[in-house]
Amino acid sequence: MATTTPSENWFKRMSRSSKIPPVYIFLIVVFLFTGLMDLIYSDGQMYTNPNIMLNIIVRSVALGIVAVGQTLVLIGASIDLSVAYTISITAVMSSYIMQGNNSNVPVALLGVFAIGIVIGLANGLVITKLRVNPFIATLGVGLVVKGIINATFSNYTGSVPKEFEWFGYGTLGPIPVSIIILLLVVTIGWFILARTKFGAHLYGVGGNSEVARLSGVRTDRVLIGAHVLCSVTAVLSGIFLVSLMRSGAPWVGPNGVYDLNSIATAVIGGTALSGGKGGVWGTLAGVLIFGVLATAFNQLGINPYMKNILQGVIIILAVASYTARSKKEAA
Amino acid sequence: MTASTVTTQGSTPNILRNIWVWIKKVPPVYPIFLVIFITLGFLNPKGYQTMNGIMTYLRPASPLAVLAIGQMFVLALGGFDLSIGAVVTFVVLASSKFLANDPTNMVPNVLILLGLGVIVGLINGFVVSFLKVPSFITTLGMMMIVRGAALYYVGGAPKGYLTDNFRMFGRNYIMDVPFFTRIPYSFIVLLILTTIAFIVFHRTNWGRQILAMGDNVRAAGLSGVKLKFVRMMTFVFCSVFAVLGGIMVAGYGGVNVTIGEGMELNAIAACVIGGVLLGGGKANVIQVIFGAFTLQAIVNLLNQLGLPKPYTDAVQGLIIIGVVAYSALSTMKKR
Repeated sequence: MATTTPSENWFKRMSRSSKIPPVYIFLIVVFLFTGLMDLIYSDGQMYTNPNIMLNIIVRSVALGIVAVGQTLVLIGASIDLSVAYTISITAVMSSYIMQGNNSNVPVALLGVFAIGIVIGLANGLVITKLRVNPFIATLGVGLVVKGIINATFSNYTGSVPKEFEWFGYGTLGPIPVSIIILLLVVTIGWFILARTKFGAHLYGVGGNSEVARLSGVRTDRVLIGAHVLCSVTAVLSGIFLVSLMRSGAPWVGPNGVYDLNSIATAVIGGTALSGGKGGVWGTLAGVLIFGVLATAFNQLGINPYMKNILQGVIIILAVASYTARSKKEAA
Repeated sequence: MTASTVTTQGSTPNILRNIWVWIKKVPPVYPIFLVIFITLGFLNPKGYQTMNGIMTYLRPASPLAVLAIGQMFVLALGGFDLSIGAVVTFVVLASSKFLANDPTNMVPNVLILLGLGVIVGLINGFVVSFLKVPSFITTLGMMMIVRGAALYYVGGAPKGYLTDNFRMFGRNYIMDVPFFTRIPYSFIVLLILTTIAFIVFHRTNWGRQILAMGDNVRAAGLSGVKLKFVRMMTFVFCSVFAVLGGIMVAGYGGVNVTIGEGMELNAIAACVIGGVLLGGGKANVIQVIFGAFTLQAIVNLLNQLGLPKPYTDAVQGLIIIGVVAYSALSTMKKR
């Protein structure tokens, strides 16, 4: 496919050579359509008010950070269902250790990152060494983490110091810090996948683990690494959420459905559940679609249960928008 | 020990080896179930060594088994169905409104729910087959849709209670049965559904086609399996079993907005304990039922030990990983 026939229109050629995932078209369509609805049925602020545009991105930050990690794991043909509880344990532990005191912040950060790395290692080791299916392994590890959280905390615990809230509420010039963090994480994720040996190996392992192993890739280490990175992004998400909420609560992860939503956004962005295919930029678009929907539903004042229904429909349509023309059978 | 093996190098080691080979062929779910159930029996002789106690244990285990059978069909195909938990919630909430506290509405209610189950399954199957959306995402979306629809229909809170004749399937026992003392209706329903599922899955072409598709879709398609039709029927089968399981859950658990949450994951866990290969191609109805029984036994075991709920979750997670690791490693060695 290296040579393009002249009959192909320039748009197709452009979009292929620039490697923009097709999901961005769906994102634009969703934005234009919901904006139009907003214009007709509400005050039309989605088109005109830049703050609402920023708000769309700010809403997406927590999900976006963890979705980047989930993308890495999915590319390795694995899955991580424990991220919601990793987020919860980060939120409660960091605010519990900080207790509103600035001097405790380094300890808290070290502590939660250590916890995240342990959870990631546990996921990776159970999958690679005990040969447990990733779905069950991370479900089990998630249950264990959930048990530990609920045995220790039952409500808002501790608080974060005022300065720490900068992550959630601060701005650098006109741009909120949270957006910069999100873009930073996505860029790092892109760099790991596209520019490092680890990333190349990860695609190999996800595409065909046996072939990767036979060509000298230490497949187990690559998968464990991906799971540790995923848990670390979950920790980052948790830290961001706690700085937003000012105090950690054990239900923050499961209530946000970060496990299934992060998987959904990654797949919407074109990452294959079967592994070996995908990237973080598509995931970012998937996350933004969720953000646009949340904002639009708010603007239009849609019934919360109707929101659920519409979100489900749009997830399916978003993925169908690029899979429908595929000739391969899905399972 | 070494001396005895050296001296008995005649015909006896062959017999022993044959027995050992035979033992290794036993699917791991049966020894796991026996170990957990016997432990339960030791901890609480009255609860798990008498017929009465065993029947009490079977009552909540049966709905889980029904859900797991349905899930197994889709897993054997290489897919997932994450919408069954939401279907259970839908069954409970919609019944609470539709029954309108009138027992005569029971039969139409069940029929309508089954019809809705068929529709949900058809949509799942259609989206996966024709729009090529992976079933994980399709059914995740369907989970949100069905759950949202259930809450939208009842306005966020259950309306009224469930009539006794509707709850019968999940709650009541047939009393004064010789030997068994009493049998829960849910277990009888399970036996009937198991028979149907067993015949369909292990004795018809459809069942073999499902397994063939789970093993290798392309090969199955080239050898003449109508992929789209088989897949759609499989999703319908799963959703209908989810409705039936939901009716049993409703009888046992009563009206509750969050009743179905996490049941899809429990059903998948039960299947995997029962030796189902995620990704398709390997499944067995009887083993899956024992997988569900094992999962319920684990929950009961942890309750029996008197652990507080949070610890129960943690230990349950560890045991599920352990059980699956055991069966994964034991099947690994066979190759």
